[in-house]
Amino acid sequence: MSRPTPRPAPFPFSAIVGQDEMKRAMLIAAVEPAIGGVLVLGDRGTGKSTAVRALAALLPKIEVVTDCLYNCAPAHTAGLCGHCTAGGTLPAAREVPVPVVDLPLGATEDRLIGALDLESALVRGTKRFEPGLLARAHRGFLYIDEVNLLEDHLVDALLDVAASGENVVEREGLSVRHPARFVLVGSGNPEEGELRPQLLDRFGLSVEVRTPDDLPLRVEIVRRRDAYERDPLAFAAKWKRAETQTRKRITDARARLPQVTVPDAVLEWASRLCMRAGTDGLRGELTLMRAARAVAALDGHDIVTLEDLRLIATSALRHRLRRNPLDDAGSTVRVERAIAELG
Amino acid sequence: MSADGAAPDARLAAALLAVDPAGIGGVVLRAAPGPARERWLDYLCAIWPGQPTPRRAAPSITDHRLLGGVDLVATLGAGRPVAERGLLAEADGGIVLLAMAERLPAGTAARIAGVMDAGEVSVQRDGLNVQRPTRFAAIALDEGLSDDEQVPAGLAERCGPWLILPDVPDDEFDVELPDAAAIVAARARLPSVTLPPAMLEALCATALNLGIDSMRVAGLAARVACAAAALHERATVDADDAACAAQFVLAPRARRLPPSPDQAPPDDAEAPEPPDDGDARDEASEPPPDTPTESNQGPLPDQVLAAATAALPPGLLAQLQALQLLGGARTSSAGRAGAQKVGRQGRGRLCGARAGTPGGNARLSVIDTLRAAAPWQALRRRQQADAEPARVLIRREDFRVRQIKQRTQTTTIFVVDASGSAAAHRLAEAKGAVELLLADCYVRRDQVALIAFRGRKAELLLPPTRSLVRAKRRLSALPGGGGTPFADALDAARALADSVQRRGDLPIVIVLSDGQANVARDGSGGRARAAEDAQAAARQFAAQGCRTLFIDTAPRGSALAVGLAADMHARYLSLPQADARKLSGVINAAVRIRD
Repeated sequence: MSRPTPRPAPFPFSAIVGQDEMKRAMLIAAVEPAIGGVLVLGDRGTGKSTAVRALAALLPKIEVVTDCLYNCAPAHTAGLCGHCTAGGTLPAAREVPVPVVDLPLGATEDRLIGALDLESALVRGTKRFEPGLLARAHRGFLYIDEVNLLEDHLVDALLDVAASGENVVEREGLSVRHPARFVLVGSGNPEEGELRPQLLDRFGLSVEVRTPDDLPLRVEIVRRRDAYERDPLAFAAKWKRAETQTRKRITDARARLPQVTVPDAVLEWASRLCMRAGTDGLRGELTLMRAARAVAALDGHDIVTLEDLRLIATSALRHRLRRNPLDDAGSTVRVERAIAELG
Repeated sequence: MSADGAAPDARLAAALLAVDPAGIGGVVLRAAPGPARERWLDYLCAIWPGQPTPRRAAPSITDHRLLGGVDLVATLGAGRPVAERGLLAEADGGIVLLAMAERLPAGTAARIAGVMDAGEVSVQRDGLNVQRPTRFAAIALDEGLSDDEQVPAGLAERCGPWLILPDVPDDEFDVELPDAAAIVAARARLPSVTLPPAMLEALCATALNLGIDSMRVAGLAARVACAAAALHERATVDADDAACAAQFVLAPRARRLPPSPDQAPPDDAEAPEPPDDGDARDEASEPPPDTPTESNQGPLPDQVLAAATAALPPGLLAQLQALQLLGGARTSSAGRAGAQKVGRQGRGRLCGARAGTPGGNARLSVIDTLRAAAPWQALRRRQQADAEPARVLIRREDFRVRQIKQRTQTTTIFVVDASGSAAAHRLAEAKGAVELLLADCYVRRDQVALIAFRGRKAELLLPPTRSLVRAKRRLSALPGGGGTPFADALDAARALADSVQRRGDLPIVIVLSDGQANVARDGSGGRARAAEDAQAAARQFAAQGCRTLFIDTAPRGSALAVGLAADMHARYLSLPQADARKLSGVINAAVRIRD
């Protein structure tokens, strides 16, 4: 084969040309995982999956309990799995990269939620739980490409866990529960079919990507891609500095996030916007506020401004609008209209 | 492309693919099964280093076979789980033939595309968690007869060249093609081939000019150009290589004609000459037209563009010209197949397993049976001392059978009268109703299709779909005016209802018309003939036996429509002033009533 072995180094996040909305949403999810995931919908060949994989490589490592199957954090005593709380003392820890787990379309349910370990049952006759992808994704990212083609029974299993942050497995005589909090990242092409509203609701931010129609930009995209494919390592080395800067931006923002405050006026504006755009429930306001805080933290501010809110409003709300098929304007336009009306 | 030039050209694409399979991804090969296709495939296999046996995948291939899973026989024999490699992993370094790729379900295509992107199969199945690196060339054998049947878009996009082969190869054309040794040499040369910025720019500009949005395609064109350079023993990609990439990769994907006013698209058959002979290209690039690309006015992009334009398939050329006359409305070629196939997932979906004995419709779920048996092995072995130690002891109560949830999808087929003066109004209502129905049809798992009839014939404007995006696109381009070919419309509706029924789904036909047929089946005018034909068509339609609703749009209700509705065995409703919301309400109610 002319190509080197697959994925020696992912495409650097900082080297992605354009697609600012998508990159911003990913950074927000990295800073504030409580945002609840990012949905990337758009044309084919716009680098949707590239961005997700790139982000993973960029994130600072996390501390996990050694030998823990579920990536438990040693610092937090609450929310540990049974294994980690058993000892009574703080368990030993090690550093690992942030898990980014791919949920392939062809996965079966037992691998998603976990099941009886067949090998130990067959060979040793013992009952042992084999954790699934949800366990591996704890404290990290769960990525689903072509999310609108995911089979229904997998979506059902996923929805349940994404809502509760805990995976409860009751099957084959096993009874296991373990924490599973992850940032759900989905990508897809809307022409392949619609997404179920319940699943749509689980995503905090939804971004639309479009191919640029500016020639120099397009040339640059292909050029970088080509350079990367020829020699991934050299390409990664070239972008190392930019990557380090972006990583620092994320860690700084994470440290700053707890002290970022939202003035009442800004909160009120957010509520008014949600009412005007016609979103269901309060999740819109919550997401809007969390995302705006993350934006402020990323920019190094301590107080959220209206600007931060405006910047993120479309991504936070466009998938929460009640569908109005007679309004030909897309949901993006409707949110933008509401923003303009509020001034 | 003329029939003479097509075959050798197409085989050159095979050689390019063999040089850089991972970079080029694969080929969409549109051809009827026959000698031309065989010859192309034979050539591909002959020059492929190592001559591996191509792996063949049918559209109905299961995930187990495609991606891998637990090998039952080996597992039972060994007494521990044994993984089995799937077809995609087996094909590493070789070729995957996707037979009848136009019938490939969107989900399967997405799995294959995912593996091509990642360069590995991620097996998360049956308790297995393995990554298997694999690089293969996907040959999508497209036997689609019409444009309605196309290779799923996500997969087609990852295949560099799109080729169309003639039915009969011509043997008199003896071109010198690269042999196996040349491929090996080219592979060795490939990593050092450089792509000058000007060439890359020319390819990107050409892609943009032809209305190709995806960035992936421009990248693929670049890979093909590099492979061409390697094959021709060049260290740098030159204009011929770029032209070759434009021909194979860009031209077949064209969505519009390049917007150069001087270079009027040649509309006679001679124009798409094989651009390999330098004269044609030089001529084309000689008059430097004021191309709208601001960045590079040099001759190179024009040259590449000329090559691409010359390689446009004749059918596509005519289609694109027609589209341009209509003001560039993108209809038929926008959003290729993909979406059509979402609903075609089979007879039902797997939803776990339950205890029970296999037989009849119940199929044994191997893995769940093993799982059920597993915990008891140690115990059973103790009880049954004479058992061979390596065997898994399976009892009857362990059997698990697959549970498949049958679901009948409803496909609502709208047959909308778009003729005459009132059409604009009725059409708007019908469009609104279709969109309203679509909006909640995902929840109900339904599909919607739309046939419009006007002028001389009926046209399937919206093939059964669930996608709102797609429906909106199609609907926005629906024109009105002309005669009323009612018979033709009913025939079209019957054919569509039949295909829906064959798929195991439930068709519901909604006709919106005043029943005033004035165009006969053969397209000729005359009320008497037309009414006769309409009646005949209505009776034939009744034989189809699907649920039908006739909505009369005439101001006062017409006897004609009442008669036709009776002939069709349809419910009749006179709704002269229905708006979209009322219409969808009525339809919703009609759909729910079980006859």
